[in-house]
Amino acid sequence: MSWLRNKIDEVKKPFGKGEKFEKYAPAVNALDTFLYVPDHTTKKGSHIRDAVDLKRTMITVVLALVPALIFGMWNAGYQYLSQIQAEVGFWEAIGSGALRIMPIIVVSYGVGLGIEFIFAIFRGHEVNEGYLVTGLLIPMIMPVTIPLWMVALSVAFAVLIGKEAFGGTGMNILNPALTARAFAFFAYPTYMSGEVWVAESSSVDAVSGETILNKLAAGKEVAYNSMDMFSGLIPGSISETSAICILVGALILILSKVGSWRIILSGFIGAAVMALIFNALPSMGIEGNDLTNFVWYNHLIIGGLAFGIVFMATDPVSASQTTKGKWIYGFLIGLLGIMIRIFNPAYPEGIMLAILLMNVFAPTIDHYVIQGNVKRRKKRIQESSEVQKQAA
Amino acid sequence: MSRDIKIKKGLDLRLKGEAELKMENLPRSGTFAIKPPDFHSVVPKLLIKKEGTEIKAGDDLFYSKYSDKVRFTSPVSGKVKEVVRGAKRKVLEIVIEADETDTYRDFGTLDPKKAEADDVKSQIFESGCGAFLKQRPYDIVANPENTPKNIFISAVDTAPLAADPEFILKDKIEAFQKGIDALKKCTPGKVYIGVKKGIDSIFNKIEGVETLTVSGPHPAGNVGVQIHKTEPINQGDTVWTIEPEDVANIGAMFSTGHYIPERTIAVVGSDAKNRHYYKTLIGAPVAHLLKEKTNTDKTRIISGDVLTGTQLANDEFISFYDNCVTLIPEGNKHRLFGWLPFTYNGIPSNSHTSLSWLLPKKKYEVNTNMNGEERALVVTGEMEEVLPMDIFPMQLLKACMTGNIEKMEGLGIYEVIPEDFALVEYVNTSKLEAQEIIRLGLDVMITEVG
Repeated sequence: MSWLRNKIDEVKKPFGKGEKFEKYAPAVNALDTFLYVPDHTTKKGSHIRDAVDLKRTMITVVLALVPALIFGMWNAGYQYLSQIQAEVGFWEAIGSGALRIMPIIVVSYGVGLGIEFIFAIFRGHEVNEGYLVTGLLIPMIMPVTIPLWMVALSVAFAVLIGKEAFGGTGMNILNPALTARAFAFFAYPTYMSGEVWVAESSSVDAVSGETILNKLAAGKEVAYNSMDMFSGLIPGSISETSAICILVGALILILSKVGSWRIILSGFIGAAVMALIFNALPSMGIEGNDLTNFVWYNHLIIGGLAFGIVFMATDPVSASQTTKGKWIYGFLIGLLGIMIRIFNPAYPEGIMLAILLMNVFAPTIDHYVIQGNVKRRKKRIQESSEVQKQAA
Repeated sequence: MSRDIKIKKGLDLRLKGEAELKMENLPRSGTFAIKPPDFHSVVPKLLIKKEGTEIKAGDDLFYSKYSDKVRFTSPVSGKVKEVVRGAKRKVLEIVIEADETDTYRDFGTLDPKKAEADDVKSQIFESGCGAFLKQRPYDIVANPENTPKNIFISAVDTAPLAADPEFILKDKIEAFQKGIDALKKCTPGKVYIGVKKGIDSIFNKIEGVETLTVSGPHPAGNVGVQIHKTEPINQGDTVWTIEPEDVANIGAMFSTGHYIPERTIAVVGSDAKNRHYYKTLIGAPVAHLLKEKTNTDKTRIISGDVLTGTQLANDEFISFYDNCVTLIPEGNKHRLFGWLPFTYNGIPSNSHTSLSWLLPKKKYEVNTNMNGEERALVVTGEMEEVLPMDIFPMQLLKACMTGNIEKMEGLGIYEVIPEDFALVEYVNTSKLEAQEIIRLGLDVMITEVG
């Protein structure tokens, strides 16, 4: 493969140090590093380095997303085709879904990476790999019927205002993918709620493109059982419906230590606790409604809750950074997610707002955890000076 | 009395190329060199003005600009061959052409057990043995004007391919005891020694010390971790640390009256040929140990271990404090699709994005490739896994980067030195130069707080 290497080195020549196009080096380097891990060696400090780098970490997350993505494609095709024909073949469904979803992914990566490249050149740093994940997450949490220009606009907003305005990768406060969704949700609510979850459903009579949460909030009958909800054969955002596929992704994230198991576990515990509290209302003499009485374990597997906790809450940049903080952060996301879902049916899914809210509070949680450490140290100084005084 | 120090967090890097427990005596080297940059923050005031000056072993070479009591002496007798200077006339090396046999400057024998504390201390520093003592905080050469709260010695080395202190000191235990007697006079506190748990250690017989029995993965053997687990350094404290072989050197100085800085050096690493222990003196040329010229395009010569050492050229000298020389292959090669997770599992990784974690016993050949490029800090939690201290590593690093003194103090800058962050530097995904950042943070503290 050395001819390929030589070819690349030749192409890269005008972008080298002191050459004509030096400014644009980050863009070329980003492409090069997608083929080869660079030949850079350590110069000082530790002479050897771990095999891991940011690209490896991010690609692992992308791998964890693949099961949910493929299922999402199949489900999008299935939900659409099953309204117009009795039998739907597997490949037929995937093909139909892919045709609708691939353009969304292409637009998301195109616009997002374009902005990232421009900023890298402008700021003179290498392109960070964070957008590899964000760029795939954004299509996965949109309705299949979303117009492409809306995707482009949401992505641009998320990357520019959500990330680059704060200083780029590693500095953002909000999860960029959720920022994109929140933008689309508040800017174009009619495209993000109601009967948008199944392609062309409004043109077919007697078929509802609504999500389960919509129906529950409106007090309508839900025709799906727990198994449907768990496997994901229900309308919803592109890839959030299948709890099984999300579970597979969660396992990949936890086993590879890329995602924090603490956030994932405490997130589900928080959600379960809140749902159990609402489930207990009738026994306390309060009647409640369809949402509060919805069995707690079903709460965990419908809507974007599982997807949000596994793939969004675990974003290390916008999450709490301390171990103790991660437990608190995850727990509160689960708790608030269910609370918003039940108390405010105007928002069909609370997890998006819960995560964004906790993103904002994560630095505060960390601050108090770290202050605990600082105070311990100060107390130690006090104690030792008292001992010295006594000795004197 | 002994205290248990059990470390859970950390990482043992299993590398190929351990040294055989075999001592080899070398013919005497023709040149030796003392390198002032080995002593961080010391600005040398040279006492040898002219090249060609004849000196005895133990004669002063230079002292610190800021304290004339911090003195550095010649390891051998002979002629000053060359004073090598770098940019801005900074002194890099003082090379000495050694005599066949040494003649010594006489400091007089002394029984440190019976002698006055002040006499013991001044003889240690006058003879140049003071350079063996390192001060914390800041990781600088100890100053005799300070009185340390305690003195710590770690007789456990858990660094990858490190030399075994038990083997190095097995014939020097009497001198070691004498050195301990001397060190006890330097502090009103205790002299602690970290000893490997579960073995019949030669250090168990040493009297007058507090023994810490240490177990667990690297950095359990780092003296910083042992200090942190016994009496953590507070603001305003001073603690001294010293390597075990140098304790024996101090002991020998008191019984002979001569400065004979012996250094047993292990040659290790997958690219090293004769992987033995070699007995020589401090400042020996690396070529003398390796015997043949190394192709430095393919192999890196490191004075010290792979995590904290410094790169050497063929004609350079081993650093003052190092007791091993590591040879590993250079990693200046591209790797096709090397960023794909679960590929290239032959490179050890603490992260589970490589399958190497499934084979915890396997030994690896490692090279100097960065395995990626520097990126923004994204991944959290990985640094904490390898730092067994009650310290938030990422937050402390950020405080050092921004030079925020108050934050650095609050987060425990006084308790760490660069070597404590070596594993943090090794594991972190963003390829951050953690040791350099801590060093710069400490330097800010030296100038601003002192």
